[in-house]
Order: sequence, then structure tokens, then C-alpha cells
Amino acid sequence: AWYILSHINLIEKQRETKGPPNGQVDLEVEKKEIKTETSNDGSGNNNANSSSPGSTSLGATSKSPTGPAEDQQTLLAVLQFLKRNKLNESVDILRREAGLSVEIDDSPGSASGGAGSGGASNSTVDGGDTNSLLSRVSIAIPAAPAVTAAPVPPKVTASGGEDQPDVNVVLSAYSQQGDPDLYPLYYNGLKKFIESVLDCHRAELSQVFYPLFVHMYLELVYNNHEVEAKQFFEKFSGDQECYYAEDLRILSGMTKKEHMKGNETMLDFRTSKFVLRISRDSYQLLKRHLQERQNNQIWNIIQEHLYIDIFDGMPRSKSQIDAMSGSLAGEAKRDANKTKVFYGLLKEPEIEVPLDDEDEEAENEEGKPKKKKPKKDSMGSKSKKQDPNAPQQTRIPLPELKDSDKLDKIMNMKEAAKKIRLGSDNLPSICFYTFLNAYQGLTAVDITDDSSLIAGGFADSTVRVWSVTPKKLRRVKSAADLSNIDKESDDVLERIMDEKTASESKILYGHSGPVYGISFSPDRNYLLSSSEDGTVRLWSLQTFTCLVGYKGHNYPVWDTQFSPYGYYFVSGGHDRVARLWATDHYQPLRMFAGHLADVTCTRFHPNSNYVATGSADRTIRLWDVLNGNCVRILTGHKGPIHSLAFSPNGKFMASGATDGRVLLWDIGHGLMIGELKGHTDTIYALRFSRDGEILASGSMDNTVKLWDTLKAFDDVELDDFTAATGHIHLPENSQELLLGSYTTKSTPVIHLHFTRRNLLLAAGAYNP
Amino acid sequence: MADREERRFAEVPRESVKLMSESAGVELSDELAALLAEDVCYRLREATQSSSQFMRHAKRRKLTVEDFNRALRWSNVEAIAGYGAQDALPFRPIKEGELFFVEDREINLVELALATNIPKGCAETMVRVNVSYLDGKGNLEPQGTVPSAVQTLSEDLLKYYQQVTRAILGEDPHLMKVALLDLQSNSKMAALLPYFVYVISGVKSVSHDLEQLNRLLHMVKSLVQNPYLYLGSYVRSLVSSVMYCILEPLAASINPLNDHWTLRDYAALLLSHIFWTHGDLVSGLYHQILLSLQKVLSDPVRPLCSHYGAVVGLHALGWKAVERVLYPHLPAYWSNLQAVLDDYSVSNAQVKADGHKVYGAILVAVERLLKMKALSLSLPAERGFGAQPGSGGVAGFRVSSPGLSPPPEPLSEAALGIASHLQGPGGAGTPWEDWTPVPLPAMYCELYSFFGDSLAVRLSTGPSLGGCPPSPPGPAANPDTARKMPQLTANLNVSPRQDGSPRPEPAPPTLARSSSSSSIQRRNSSSRPGQRSVGPSRDVFPKARFPPPQAGPPAFSFLIGGRQTGRRCQGRRFQTSFSPAPPPSSAPPRTYAHKLPVIGRVGKPLRRWTCSHYSLHLPL
Repeated sequence: AWYILSHINLIEKQRETKGPPNGQVDLEVEKKEIKTETSNDGSGNNNANSSSPGSTSLGATSKSPTGPAEDQQTLLAVLQFLKRNKLNESVDILRREAGLSVEIDDSPGSASGGAGSGGASNSTVDGGDTNSLLSRVSIAIPAAPAVTAAPVPPKVTASGGEDQPDVNVVLSAYSQQGDPDLYPLYYNGLKKFIESVLDCHRAELSQVFYPLFVHMYLELVYNNHEVEAKQFFEKFSGDQECYYAEDLRILSGMTKKEHMKGNETMLDFRTSKFVLRISRDSYQLLKRHLQERQNNQIWNIIQEHLYIDIFDGMPRSKSQIDAMSGSLAGEAKRDANKTKVFYGLLKEPEIEVPLDDEDEEAENEEGKPKKKKPKKDSMGSKSKKQDPNAPQQTRIPLPELKDSDKLDKIMNMKEAAKKIRLGSDNLPSICFYTFLNAYQGLTAVDITDDSSLIAGGFADSTVRVWSVTPKKLRRVKSAADLSNIDKESDDVLERIMDEKTASESKILYGHSGPVYGISFSPDRNYLLSSSEDGTVRLWSLQTFTCLVGYKGHNYPVWDTQFSPYGYYFVSGGHDRVARLWATDHYQPLRMFAGHLADVTCTRFHPNSNYVATGSADRTIRLWDVLNGNCVRILTGHKGPIHSLAFSPNGKFMASGATDGRVLLWDIGHGLMIGELKGHTDTIYALRFSRDGEILASGSMDNTVKLWDTLKAFDDVELDDFTAATGHIHLPENSQELLLGSYTTKSTPVIHLHFTRRNLLLAAGAYNP
Repeated sequence: MADREERRFAEVPRESVKLMSESAGVELSDELAALLAEDVCYRLREATQSSSQFMRHAKRRKLTVEDFNRALRWSNVEAIAGYGAQDALPFRPIKEGELFFVEDREINLVELALATNIPKGCAETMVRVNVSYLDGKGNLEPQGTVPSAVQTLSEDLLKYYQQVTRAILGEDPHLMKVALLDLQSNSKMAALLPYFVYVISGVKSVSHDLEQLNRLLHMVKSLVQNPYLYLGSYVRSLVSSVMYCILEPLAASINPLNDHWTLRDYAALLLSHIFWTHGDLVSGLYHQILLSLQKVLSDPVRPLCSHYGAVVGLHALGWKAVERVLYPHLPAYWSNLQAVLDDYSVSNAQVKADGHKVYGAILVAVERLLKMKALSLSLPAERGFGAQPGSGGVAGFRVSSPGLSPPPEPLSEAALGIASHLQGPGGAGTPWEDWTPVPLPAMYCELYSFFGDSLAVRLSTGPSLGGCPPSPPGPAANPDTARKMPQLTANLNVSPRQDGSPRPEPAPPTLARSSSSSSIQRRNSSSRPGQRSVGPSRDVFPKARFPPPQAGPPAFSFLIGGRQTGRRCQGRRFQTSFSPAPPPSSAPPRTYAHKLPVIGRVGKPLRRWTCSHYSLHLPL
């Protein structure tokens, strides 16, 4: 209330001083304004420009002839405002002055000028000390013009919006206000109505509560009704779904208008419409009610801030709604998930698998039957078939296979032939890689596909690479030494390595902040690391030096991952944007923007055509690498998502969040098809077994859990209707799907990896 | 601001803001300070919220200062320096006034830099793999056994560990001494601490072997005394091992030849040592110890040696612990003890001997309690108390050893205010909330009722005792006894009990030692005109300083027995009298007793008052 008072006072004073339209005072005003603006981090007013002193009032006077009606409106609004605040004296003054001349009346510009000049005129009266303090206090006021500016049509906001696009425009949407005392009444009225409707509609309509509550609260706060806002919050925050508790906590801390500026949660709310899915019947019901009651306040909010996605058919049940809600901005619009996604795998290049005689012999020596051939054939035939759901082979240009890649593929196939078939009755063995003495804090782990190297990112900005095979890590010789090598020799690849540098581990220095994400390239020649310092670095695992620092995210980069085909990589960070990079470009190729909060994890689809990102806004988005479009928005998590995994066939995805739940998704339909409950803390690691029969999840709660995904995917009945509407009944079968829960020795699991033979590797730092 | 009801968040009061601004030389109006305070709160919340994401991405559960600083840095606020420690900083209150501060010990950099025992630093970060689960079944390694991480220690440390444990638990006493000394001063064995603690926790498995127990306790002592070790939460484990030695009916104590008493004494000493030096590492430790001691004490099923342990444990923890736990518990416990001491059967001999041990321990504890309490009272209350007649006795305490230097307490009638200091860290919610300190005189009276002269004698041997006029004949008359038990000098008249009932008694028992107890009982009942009410009035104490002159000839028998008064449990007095020359008749004391004003003695339950002759070989 203090702010209002001071504001009013200032306006009043301004009005008194403002006999002549322009002059000395205004210049002062202008200076003052510029000052406050700079001190206010650019959230200043819309049209103050240092180049044109006095532009405020100029703008005002120039506008007033064009829109006397609007001025009238503004005046009325101000009068109303004053009355409500029992400032009868000012009302009188204003009336009198308005009666004398409407011309000099406030327009948005003069009001903002008033704010500044208030400070100025005060300063002449008071000492210098108070002046500076006052001007500091009145920092809030430059935003105030928006209050009066709102009724004025977009022209004004547009003109202001050019240099100050976001905050003010966004905030100004809250300027409409009714009587703050009525807010609880409105809300209560709606609550009563919704409680009284038929059960089938109630669940659906209840969705309205949360966004409505938030917007009403923000409106109250924005209009400086601090006390009312608090009361409102206290009265109704208890009604909201528990999974919004986190956001509510942030909201409850925000009780002043100036807090709204720069508050990300608040901006998220404003910049995006909260999406609700409501059946037509329920919607009609709501609409009729609001219209009957003439409840414009609520209707306005619904119109302005909510997006109601109306569908025909049966209203959804409470559990159906709960399964899908929880994200920062409501559910995904249905048409957001309509694009076709080519989730099939790319055809594997045909590689002649030479019959490795040595290996064969070795096998024979061990007395094992020659079973290799048929298996190999089956592999070959599999890759020859073109998946109808697969993207075109050349949809995304992929790097050509090098000889070494081919060799690796062959190795992979050989290994795969020895793979254990996992299933509910044949669980994998688990090996745990424990990071000991990681005082500096282990923040990320990755293991190469062939499980030969393990790397850790640490909070002390280092990246450490270990060899987990007896083969030690060696650096390539220096250029001078290299020139002495006989390049024709057969073992040139051996010869280039510097035997003296052989060691079990190497430390990579370069980052200047905790390393939050690391990823090996598929060919094991490179390592990516992303850090709090805002960069992604590419390291060579031949020379163990940094090759490139990719700068683009100017904020912490939470995660990065190489494409399964190499060359491309994706990164996502605090700037809410995921970026697609190619190793040989220092600038990103694609920017995937759309998340409303930090991008916390990024994963490539196995066919490299898509990128999935999980975010702190509690949604998962799938992006098309080809055109950068968002093709799927998946909602349902109730907390920031910290892990993602694609099934090896590319059809499904699993996601884990701070809420301790794993959700399974059908990418083709964009539907949630399973919910795996069991973890009690954030899930930081998810991985499908090599054949996709088992999903392993690792969590902060020091357990690894194995889930029967085969069964999970089978149990889902996907008829046309559910596929079309997206309303799925989730089977409540977490416990049946849980194949095993394995505790570690007080070691949070932060990475999981299935070897090519389906041995499960887990990694984490011992945390006594 | 002040009338804000909900306290959802930590808040910065405007007083703090004003204080800060004043220290920066700016005067703020209340209004402004309030606004600023509110804004500061909001900004703090904002920073905290954004700091949590750094914690999440670092895959930690604990929010660190570093996380917070990162959040500050990214919002272009200056980070806070100087709080980078990984461990939590202890937050301490100051006893006077409501001042709290983060403990920030000064570090002597020179010493640190020139130190020869440079800590070895962190061990190399490494990755170790083990097969945790084979085919998804079973744990190959049983959990919770000897920490498997031993293999991650360096060879040297491992060797050290083996040598030291072997030496300490081995046969060679010289080797043991050397090992213990090294354990006490070695600065590089921090990594081994868990293993030593684990070894020490093996006390339970060697409870039959006093020698081994002793060695383990020595190990504890060495660890505790090692200045380079940060015991952290291992204190708890150590304490529980020590407590085991104090409290448990060790297998070794079955054989009366084993001197487990010394072990318990030693363990109790150790406990107090741990508590006074490392007690701050574990919050609520004090109360936990007190609770478990109390539990043992109140459990009549426990053998006497456990009770003994509890008493010496309390004694070791300081007089406040005694006051807090033992003293209120004494009446209930007394009956059990007496029952034991009363049993003359041969089969009971051993138990009785144990009982004497407990009795002695209690006496020692209680006496110190009285002394220290009196001392704590007398120090600040010179003027008020000194004027009172009782000052003579009290002043004597001042001279006695200062002991654990209890904080000076203002003497107030209503509350002696000691409780507040007993509230250890995390003391809230303990079952002592309703505990109120008993004023010294009342306590003395009550204790006297239990211990009789054996207690009083000790207390009043202070030099200023001479101020008490009516007592002279005693020591002169019987120098022998006086020399033997110097404390037992003519304190008859200083007895706080006005009825003086205990005093006259001893004489007859020595005479009628073999006589029927029924007569004694009769006399007993007659000598007690009434039962004392539960709360003796406060003026009892001062008055007791002036026994009427007709108190009769001094009796040279002493009552070391106690008596149950005013308690529901069946009381019994056991007493020891030894008198070279019993007074000719017991009549004068009795008349004296009758003459005295009756102080709250209500004869509710009929009490036996048997006198018995005890040897003086009480383990005082």
C-alpha cells in the first residue's frame, strides 16, 4: 500500500507542477527517468529515450488529440483508483482539473513523467539523502505507466515494445483489474459451481482452478494489493493440486510488483498460455455459468491467459487428467503432437562381416559350438529390411563411415552375437563403477559404447577419463616425433602413440565451472563436455587436449550428447534453448527454443533425426533436426526432468524426473503409455537394454531398478480412439513391471550403461 | 511487518536492516527499513530457489554455499566469500544474551605453514568396479561387514592399521603403549578412523575379557586425544562403545575377582572426556547419554553393576547431570538398594558388596552435587546469603575445589535457573521439560534423609564450620574416630534435620545390636513424631544451624544410613553406627526430638526402622 500512496502522491505533485505543458520541470523529469532506468536494469519505461529530452510529455500531448476518448477512459480509471484508495482529496483535485481542461490530463506518458518528477520535486524539498533513497524506491514506478497504459490500444504498447519488448508488455496484461476484495468471491463462486456440477465434468473443470488461481494472484500482486493477494493465496492455495507445490512456493514469495520483474516463473506464466484440455460439454457448462453470472473477471482471465483445447467426446476422468497435467504451462495442445515422426531406425550399412578365423578357432578351442553363422544372418536380414516408419536414409546428412567405424561395427556385431537375452526371468548382472575419493563432486559420467572408457565430469571443472580395460590411455606423440615414424609400417597406429604417457587415467583441464554433462563420440576419438561456464568443449581422446570450445549458451549448459552417428551433437542449458551443433562448426546449426524453463537433459533419437529434450518446465519436447520444429510436447511429469532414454528400436522413450517416477512414451502417437513408480528420489539415469526388453533406472535414492518394458509396452491397448484423442488409461501395474531393485552402498546412481553383451554397468560417486 | 502471522520463510527483520545500514553509516527510517527488509527477504528466497538447480545438476542432496554463490553470480550479485567449507559450520549461541554466531576459529597460518605434519591431502580420485549383482540375484558381498573399501586405502595405511591394532590388542604391554601413543599423535591416519571405530565397536564381543576391554578403551582415549582427528559423527559410535563398558553387565563381571569396577570408572571418565571435548560434534549427545543412563538407573532388573555404571557415568558428566537425573531418581532407587543391603543371607553377600559399591558411588556423586551447587550459589550471592545464618556452612563450600566451575547463578527463590544450562543442544522435547531445579536447602534435606550423617559430615567439614558454636565436644572427645574418619567430626548439631531423629538412634543400636529389631522399630516410630511432607520448607536449613543448646551430649555414633521419608516406597533405614562410648541413655535426644518443632512429618506408611551395624568399609 505504501507504494500506491507514494505513487498517488507523486502523481498529484506532478499535476500541480504541471501547469505549463513543457519546460524546465520536464527536463528534470527526463533526467530523473533516465537515471532510474539505468539503475533499473532496463526495465524502464516505454518511450523514454535519451536522444529526445521531453519526449514523454511530447508523446503525451501528441497522443491526446488523437485519442480523447481514451484519455477520458484513463481519467476515469484513475478516479476510480483514487476513490478506492480513499484519496478523496486527490479525487477532488483531479475532478476539478479535469473539469477545467481535459487536455492536460494524464495520458500514460505524463503519468510516467509524474513518477519521475515526483522524485525530482521531492528532492528539491527534502535533503539530498532522501532524494536518492526516494528515487531508488520509486524505481518501481517506471513500470507503472503500464497501469494506465493498458486501456490504451496496442499502439502505445507497440511503440514502447520496440526497445523494451518483454517484461512491460507481459506485465501490462495484468493491468486490468477489478475490485481486489471481490477476487476471493469470484474464485469461490467458481469453486462452488464446479463442485456442484456432475462428477464427470467436475474433474475436467477443476483443471481451471490452478491457472486461474495463479493469474488472479498475479493480478492482485501486480496491482499492488499485497494484503489481498496474501489473503487470496492463503485462502485458496491449499486447494491446488499437490504437484504444483513447487510453483506455489515461488509464487507465495512474490508479493510485490517489482518482484514480478525478472521472476522467471512469473514470466513463464505470462508468456505462455496455460493449456487445458476440456471436453466440449464441460466447456459449455463453464461458459454458460460465467456468462450467467456476468463474471467478467474470470472470463477475461480465461480468454486472455488460458488456452482451452476443446475436444468432442467423453470427458476425461480425474486420473487421466492427473496423469497428463503437472507441467508449467498445462498440457500440450493436441495438434502439437500431430506431426508424423519417423521413429524407425536407419538402415544399417551393409558390411561384409568377414568370418574371423582366429576368433572362430578360439571359440572352437573353448569347445563352444559354431553357432555364429545363423545369428549373423539374422542380423543381416534385419538391417536389410526398410522400416516403414524410418526416415529417409539421407534425410539428415550423416558422416560417411570410416574404416575404423566399420571395424567397430563388426566388433559390435560380434559382441552382439554373444549378447545375453534378457527378460523378466533372466535379469542382467550389474557391475558398479564407484568413484572413490571424489571430494570435488562427481557431476556427470559417460561410458563408451564398447565399455572401454569411462569419463567423469567433476564440480571442480575437471574431466577425467579412465580406461577400464587393461589398455592404458596414451597420447599421440608430438609432431616432431611423429615425423620420424615410418608411415608405411603396418603398425603405424601403434607407433604414433607415446608409450611414455601411458596411464590409467587422464585429466582434462579447461572448463571454469562444474562439468554437468559429458558424452563420448561413437568412435571414441572425442569427448564432449558441457559446463557451468556456458561452453561446450570438444576434447580429443588421442591427444587429450581441448579442440574446440563451443560458445553459444551464455548460461550454464546442463547437458550435451553426441549423435549416435557422431558429427552432430546437442546441448541444452539454463538459457532454455537446446542447440544442435556439428563438430566442425563453431556456431549452432539449429536452435530448439520453446521450453519455458531450463533444458535439463538432451538425447538423440537412435536414428539421429530427432532430439529429445527434458526441461525444468516439466515437459519433454521432441525436435526435428531437419527443420528445427518441435514435433512432440509430452507432459505428465511433476518435476524437472533429469533423464531421458530412447528404446533401441526408436519407438519408445523413457523419462525420469525429480518426482521419482519414470514415464514411458510412445513417440509415434505422442502418448504416455506407462508410469513406473518406485523410486523415492530424482532419477538421474535411464537406459534400455540392448534389445529393449528391460529398462534400468538409477536414482539418487541409491538404487538401481529394473523394469519389464516388454510387458509395459504390450499391456498398452492402443485403439484408434485413444490414439486420436490421446486419452489413455494407464495401467496401474508398476509393481508387476518392477523386476528388481538393487541397492548400492550409499552411492547415488548417476549413470547406467548396458554393454554390448547386456551386462549392466552403473556408476556413481561413493557418498559416505 | 511485526504483525505478520505466517512465517513461511526465513525473514530478515527490519532491525537487522537498520543495523546494517547504520554500520554503513546510513540512517534509515523504519518504513524504509521495513521495505528493504522485505525486499531482501525476497531476493534471498529467489537466490535460494535458483541455487537449488545447481545442486540438482551437481547430483547432490545437500545445498552448498558454492551453489548459492553460483546463483548469486549468475544474477550479477557479488558472491559471499569465506564460507566455502564443505562441512557445516557450527552455529553457536552466546550464553549471555540472545546472540548467535557462526563459529570461526582463528587459524594460525604460520603454524599451519610451518607444520611438519602436512596432511597428506586427498587421495587420488579413482574408479573401482565390482560386480554387485550376478544375474540380477543376490549380493555377492554381504553388506555391513568390515568395510570393503579397506582395499582403497594405501598400502602404508593398511599396514599401519594392522600393526597398530595388533599391538594394542596383543600381549606386549610395551608395544601397546607405543601404539597408543602413536595413535594419539599421528596426523596422517584420518582415513583409518572408521576402521578403528569399527574395531572399538567390537567391545560387545569381548565383554568377557577385561583386559581387552581396557585396551579398547585406551584406544578410544588415544583417538579422542589425537588433535589431528576430526571425529565427526564417529563420536556417537565411540560413545556407544564406551557406554557399553560403563553400563552393560559385562560377562567379565560374573567373576567377583574381576575388577570391572575400575573399568567402569575409567570408561566413565573417558565418557566425560569425550563429552567435554567432542560433545559439540553431535547434537543432542548429552541428552542421549543422560537418557540412557537414566534408563539404566530406573530399570530395577538390571544388575547392580549397571547401576553403578550409571551413577559413575552421571558423576563423570558433572554435577548438573547428577542433579538432573540421579537426584530426582534417588528416592525410587533407594528402596531397591536398601533391600539389597538389608539382606544378610550368605547367598546375598556378593550382591550386597555390589550394593555397597553403588551406595558409595551415589554418595560421592551426591556430595559433589551438593558442593558444586552450593558453590554455584554462593559465588554470586555473597551479600544476600552471607547475612543468613546458614552462611557458615555455605561459605565453606567456596573453599572446596572448584571442580567443573559451574556458571555463576543469581540466587533466586523461585528458580535457581540451572536448568537452562542443562539444556544441551537439541534438548527440546526431552522428558525433562517439567524438571525444575530444587533449591539447595531442600536438596540437602532430602539427601540428608537418605544418607544421614555420612553426608552431612562431609559437607560441613569446611573451615568455616567453626562458626557453628554447639559442636565442639565431638572431636575432642573422640580423637580416634576423628582421625580415622576425619569428616565424621561432631556434626550432630549441624544436622539440618530439626527433629534430629537420626541422631539419637545410633546410640541404641550399638547397644542393642543384638537386641530384637522390634524394639528399635518402636523407638524408631516414636522418635519420628511425624512424617515429613514432600516439600520441606525452606527455613529448615538455616534453623538447623542453631540446634537448641539442650541438644544433649554428643553422640559418637554416626548414622551413615539413609531413610526413606515421605515416599511411598517402603522405606528402610540402614545405618552404621560406630561408637566408642555410647551415651548412657537415649532419652535426651529423644526429648530433644520431641521438643523441636515438627516439620512436616506425616506418618503415612508405617516404616520399619531397623538399625544395623555396618562396617565402615564402605567404598566412599
